[in-house]
Amino acid sequence: MTPLHHPFVLPPYALAMGMALIEPSEFSERAELAETPQGAPVLTMDFSPRAEGRPGYFHGGAIGGLLEMAGFAALAAELEARGAVQAMKPINISVEFLRNGMPRPVFAQGQVLRAGRRVANVRVEAWHDNRVAPVASCWMNFRLF
Amino acid sequence: MSDQPSPEPITSALSPETWRIDGPFDPVLAGKLMGKLGHPGFLDLAYGGHGPDWFEAVLPWREDLVGFGQMDVLASGPVISLFDTATAMAIWTRRGRFVPQVTLDLRIDYVRAAVPGRAVVARAECYQVRGDLSFVRALAHDGDIADPLAHATAIFMSTGEGE
Repeated sequence: MTPLHHPFVLPPYALAMGMALIEPSEFSERAELAETPQGAPVLTMDFSPRAEGRPGYFHGGAIGGLLEMAGFAALAAELEARGAVQAMKPINISVEFLRNGMPRPVFAQGQVLRAGRRVANVRVEAWHDNRVAPVASCWMNFRLF
Repeated sequence: MSDQPSPEPITSALSPETWRIDGPFDPVLAGKLMGKLGHPGFLDLAYGGHGPDWFEAVLPWREDLVGFGQMDVLASGPVISLFDTATAMAIWTRRGRFVPQVTLDLRIDYVRAAVPGRAVVARAECYQVRGDLSFVRALAHDGDIADPLAHATAIFMSTGEGE
C-alpha cells in the first residue's frame, strides 16, 4: 500500500465503484444519518451490478472496500483536525459481515480510537437505514510516518 | 451520490444458476464465469489455477482501480474483493459442490506495497470444513509467492439446508 497523505480525496478505485463522500455538515439532509456523530466524514455507495455478489446482494469485497475507504477518511480527518502532517499506510484490516448487504445505498463511518506517533487504530461500521443495525464492521491498524 | 441506472437483473458469478447446483463444482468453469458477472466481473477477475483444496484468482492491473499516493498501484479495496472471491471459490473447490454461503469474517495483513502495473494473484486454500463453517487462508503476490503482498484468513458459513 502506498502511504496516503491528507487531506482526503477519493482515489480512482473509489470513484469507479461509485463511492461518494458526505461531509458532517450535510448529515442532517439524510434520514439514514440521523444517529451519526459529527466526527468523521461518511462514505456512501449505491447498489449496482459492479458491486453485486450473489444476485441481489452486495459483494463482501465491495462492502469491505467501502469500510476501508471510510477508515482512511476518518484517520485523515483526525490528523487534519490536529494539524498533524503524517502519512498513513494500512497494516491490516479485519472485516465482520453482520447482515446481508441489501440492494440499496450503504453508508460507512470510521472512528479513530487512537492515533499516536507511529500507529493508529480505527473502527468502522457500515449500515443501510439506521446505524444501530450495521451490515458490516471492521478494525484497521495503520502505520503513521 | 452517483446517478446509476436501475440495475438490470443479472446473474452473479457466484450464483447456483450459473452451473448445475446438484452437479460437481467445476473450478475452471466457475473461474471463467467469475470474470464476467457482478463485482468480480467489474474487476475482471480471472481463473489462475486450482487443486483439490485450493483456488487461484488473478486481479489484472487497471488504471481506474488504483488507490492513493503514487499512481499506478492498485487500491487495497480490489484486493479485499480478490481475497473474498478466491477464498469462497477454494471452499467450493474443496467441497466439490456449490453450497450457498456467506463470509463471516475476513482478515487481511498488508505485507508490502504492490509493484505498479502488475496483476495481483491470490492463492486461497480451504484447510478445514467443519459442519457449516469453512476455514480458509490465502496469500496474494505479484509474481513470486515467496514474496507475498498480503496474507488473509477467512471463515465462511454455509446457509443451505442439509448441512
